[in-house]
Amino acid sequence: MPRTCIRFLRRGEVVELRDVEPDETLLEYLRLREGSMGTKEGCAEGDCGACTVVLGRRDGDRVRYEPVNACIYLLGMVDGRELVTVEDLSAPGEALHPVQAALIDHHGSQCGFCTPGFVMSLFALYHQGRAADRAGVNDWLAGNLCRCTGYRPIADAALASCTGRADDAFSRRSARTAAALASVDGEDDLFVGDEERFFAAPRSAASLSDLYLRHPDATLVTGATDVALWITKQLRRLPRVIHLGRVRELLRIDREGATLVLGAAVSYADAEEALGAVHPDIAEVLRRLGSKQIRAAGSVGGNVANGSPIGDTPPPLIALGAELELRRGDEVRRLALEDFFVDYGRQDRRPGEFVSRLFVPRLEPGQHFSCHKISKRFDQDISALLGAFRLSVSAGRVVDARIAFGGMAATPRRALRCEAALTGLRLRSPEAWRPAQDALDRDFRPIDDMRASATYRAGVAKALLAKALLEAGGTPRSETRVVGAEAERA
Amino acid sequence: MPPSEQGSGAGIAARGAPGAETDVGAAIAHDSAERHVRGSAAYVDDIREPAGTLHVAPGYAEATCGRLRSVDLDAVRRAPGVVAVLLASDIPGANECSPSLGGDPVLADSEILFHGQVVFAVAAASRRDARRAARLARIDVEEGAPAVDVEAGVHSGRQILPPYEFRCGTPRDAIAASPRIHEGTLRIGGQEHFYLEGQAALAIPEEAGEMYLHSSTQHPSDVQRLVARMLDVPLARVVCECRRMGGGFGGKESQAAQWACLAALAAHVTGRPAKVCLDRDDDMIMTGKRHDFRVAYRFGTDDEGRLTGVDVDFDARCGCSADLSLGVVDRTMFHADNAYYYPHARIHTRRVRTDTVSNTAFRGFGGPQGMLIAERMMDEIAIRLRLDPLTVRKRNLYGPGRDITPYGMRVRDNIAPRLIRTLERDCDYARRRRDIARYNAKAAHLRKGISLTPVKFGIAFTLKHLNQTGALVHLLTDGSIQVNHGGTEMGQGLHTKVAQVVSGEFGVEAARVRITATQTDKVPNTGPTAASSGTDLNAMAALRAARTIRSRLVALAARLYQVDRADITFGGGQVNTGRRSVPLAELARLAFTERVSLSSTGFYATPKITWDRDTATGRPFLYFAYGAACTEVTVDTMTGEMRVDRVDLLHDVGRSLNPAIDIGQIEGGFVQGMGWLTTEELVFDARGRLMTHAPSTYKIPACSDVPADFRVALWESRGNREPTVHRSKAVGEPPLMLALSVFSAITHAIATLAPGRVPPLDAPATPEAILRAVEALRD
Ligand code: FES
Ligand code: FES
Repeated sequence: MPRTCIRFLRRGEVVELRDVEPDETLLEYLRLREGSMGTKEGCAEGDCGACTVVLGRRDGDRVRYEPVNACIYLLGMVDGRELVTVEDLSAPGEALHPVQAALIDHHGSQCGFCTPGFVMSLFALYHQGRAADRAGVNDWLAGNLCRCTGYRPIADAALASCTGRADDAFSRRSARTAAALASVDGEDDLFVGDEERFFAAPRSAASLSDLYLRHPDATLVTGATDVALWITKQLRRLPRVIHLGRVRELLRIDREGATLVLGAAVSYADAEEALGAVHPDIAEVLRRLGSKQIRAAGSVGGNVANGSPIGDTPPPLIALGAELELRRGDEVRRLALEDFFVDYGRQDRRPGEFVSRLFVPRLEPGQHFSCHKISKRFDQDISALLGAFRLSVSAGRVVDARIAFGGMAATPRRALRCEAALTGLRLRSPEAWRPAQDALDRDFRPIDDMRASATYRAGVAKALLAKALLEAGGTPRSETRVVGAEAERA
Repeated sequence: MPPSEQGSGAGIAARGAPGAETDVGAAIAHDSAERHVRGSAAYVDDIREPAGTLHVAPGYAEATCGRLRSVDLDAVRRAPGVVAVLLASDIPGANECSPSLGGDPVLADSEILFHGQVVFAVAAASRRDARRAARLARIDVEEGAPAVDVEAGVHSGRQILPPYEFRCGTPRDAIAASPRIHEGTLRIGGQEHFYLEGQAALAIPEEAGEMYLHSSTQHPSDVQRLVARMLDVPLARVVCECRRMGGGFGGKESQAAQWACLAALAAHVTGRPAKVCLDRDDDMIMTGKRHDFRVAYRFGTDDEGRLTGVDVDFDARCGCSADLSLGVVDRTMFHADNAYYYPHARIHTRRVRTDTVSNTAFRGFGGPQGMLIAERMMDEIAIRLRLDPLTVRKRNLYGPGRDITPYGMRVRDNIAPRLIRTLERDCDYARRRRDIARYNAKAAHLRKGISLTPVKFGIAFTLKHLNQTGALVHLLTDGSIQVNHGGTEMGQGLHTKVAQVVSGEFGVEAARVRITATQTDKVPNTGPTAASSGTDLNAMAALRAARTIRSRLVALAARLYQVDRADITFGGGQVNTGRRSVPLAELARLAFTERVSLSSTGFYATPKITWDRDTATGRPFLYFAYGAACTEVTVDTMTGEMRVDRVDLLHDVGRSLNPAIDIGQIEGGFVQGMGWLTTEELVFDARGRLMTHAPSTYKIPACSDVPADFRVALWESRGNREPTVHRSKAVGEPPLMLALSVFSAITHAIATLAPGRVPPLDAPATPEAILRAVEALRD
């Protein structure tokens, strides 16, 4: 029998909720049900961080703290976690938490509306067990917008307080919290509601495929970082929601020979290391794809399954030759990732079928890989375009190329004509690159939108190809990039 | 420890310092800082709702503009949770929420003026219910063809106000006679405020037709006025309160009123409390922004790059109504010179009407756009004449015998030359410029640029009657002090500074002074908290009120203790009479028993300002605030991407009332200005619908956009030459324009591709705009 209530840890107590609307957000729960007004709504779409809260999850006998955007986090997804909000860091009248005190000392708040969100991001950073450096702070705070301070005092507060040695009420009781979390997060399936309206979080792939076969119209979510906007912005009702974030098999990271096998529900944050080991540019793509909050919730599998033309992970995965595994009932099939994207908003996925795993091959010796993302703002911005290039080079010539772009067509897509035109090209002769660049005009017919014009996209796609060729030819990245040059491959 | 030592390199001297008995000039924390970090600082949406509170959501048409044929709200009324649906016809009084000149209906009546204009509002049991219901309307509009951008507005020939011009000397002749003549055009984008707290208001109906409003507004008195007029009740029946705003930046100066009006209307119609908290996308679609401009300029110089004459035409997109555009665009004109002397000038403006949301106040209030033109001219001269742009800037600064602005005011307090020299030295400008030239000579794809630009910003409302405010100070019998004043707190630290100033008068710590929420029944008839003048006005009014009470205490103490009034001082929480010292609390209790009033109002009106717009004569500003910035950038000439590498700011705040707060304004203002000029792009489609109506598509700076190497210092000032409060200077707006150096540095980086040619870079300098300018030089 599945469990029929969600269970989470809050202020040292286990909270059990039976009345959970499938499309209720965590922010609504906090502000409307709990009356905890410290957590703010600044955008209700996961872009400003004013609603940042921290979730604790068990990691052995410790607790791992991650920030999430309460505005686009479904209440049901809190199941099995510890929920920490700004009110919890220090009791009224008592000493402030070190990150709170540092923010005051550094004059890190002006209007104060963004501050609780920053406090919570810093709280999570404080618990990372590593001293923060400036680049790390930038990354940790990329999902928290402040319109008043200009960030400098907040970054200084982070550097001063997040020294890697956590010593607060949370670190002191972490073993107890971990034990409590172990008892909260059971091995049972979760199903709250009835057949008409439910929030479900199965624990195994078998339960998931059964449930999804019965309810092929249910909405699948891992982090809900996209789906939640249907709720908060399109004001849609989602009567049946299946959360993949508890499905054991979907949370695994394995290797099959030289191939990385990534469960579809592995969060960006958890995938970072494994994918970054394939190539540091992928880690940089993940870093710039979304804030810490987004990366703690969303998943590569979700990014792929969602099929967005501007999803950032498909182009590098396609360029690497990644494959996808889909499952429906007991049937399992595997296909090349690029074949999954049929057309705008349409993927090769049948009713009741879900993405279960991704297979990411390693780079071979002689293969040069690079990704280039173009956006108006470097961090936490959707790509105008993103190009990923895998060039096999031998004796100064390109012998094989796999190139994929996002933002250039209705789906993430390979640049087949360009790939063909590259074969045999000498890296040392930029004057000879023109035909390959021009081939991109035949590969893609990009659109005009608020992120960039078609002309810009078409022109810059060529520039990105040139960058990839330059870098494959040995030009240091410090000469080809204004950001991400640090990701130089050793 | 002063915060500056944590990496900004700022020189905050903790004045008010050792042994000083007051907090005036000390770098104390914001008075709400602890509540901010604990999450216990309440904004409108956090106030515990009175039982039965309704939630109001606005509804609008798909159409951009045209006559309203019919509004079918049946489905809206039937939707779950809906209690009332409000239309223009429900308004008992005036359907108007304009700050001045009219044309801003609370609810559209017969015509739609822009996409997103509110046609009706739904009051429902929950916000979700109200928002869902608001989408069910069927609104039929006889759609006209919208004029969306400034060109289309010019073409359609509609202006919201007559053109206005400053002219000095004979600019056209002077230019024609110049050895070098330059001309060009520049487009300057608008800017969304993106205050983190969206527009919000809670209206609570009370007895006798009274209405109590909690509003996130920079202008409570105007909310009071507009709500009273809308409800057709005397102003005396309406009270507006503002504890704090989660950011304002001008966006809640005039445009907070509509949402307070809607809440009040719902409360009036239903008899229940009603709250409006705009969803972010609605907020961005429905409220005005910084004015975008198209500018055409022509100017002459001598062979050394000194300006001989300037002729500029500014076309400002005002949107569908006047709102504050009169003053905004005037300020563009007042700042078209920035810190430079124009011997002959014609500065002409048109306030162009378009079928888009009405543009409004935004930090700088039109000034930044004017100053950008001045800086563009400097860059252009330098590029054409192959001079260091800083040399050109210095040559053109105001100076002895060259100190009359195009509007006839004499610049008496010009510290720009000294300030620039100081920054030039401190930031190592010359060496870095050489290094950059060396880098660029070798670089294939990336280019660096550097620029040092000044800021001169006039302080005072150019609309004279706004330069007044009041304060109300109470000394309580335990020695604590309560202050109320006409200004509002939006994060700028106004309350903290006022508390510091008042605490100084009584010789106590600032923590003894509690600034209560701004309330129109405590201090009435105020202007908006705007024009950087919040502290200049309100701290002065509070100081006067405090002095009144203090002089009563002095008189009392002199009588009781038989001492000379002149010997009585206040400090360390004590009143020192020469012979003995008594705690302030004790003297307060004595005053109470002696029946001496411990409460006083204070009033302040800015002196010396005499501007007369009709004749374009007089003095618009009490003084100028100055600053300078040096920015270094790297531009990717293949993609147009840009990174800011280093920023040095030096800014003049007179004698600082609170260096930490002032530094905060300087840094925050700079970063906001940088956003305006780089990543923040407002995109409207051909039908006039805003496409960038959420933070997913509209990109304000994030943490990583601020360079790690960010050095900020306060100008070591002997104090404002005008008698402002403790000789301080206003700081809210001027630092925003320090960001002009970013734009100029990008221009420099691009210009190195083709020496002698001026990159046609428009603002904002998005990657695409930069690449366009790069390609123009490559042609
Ligand atoms: S409210 Fe903006 S991210 Fe949640
Ligand atoms: S302090 Fe106002 S948004 Fe950060």
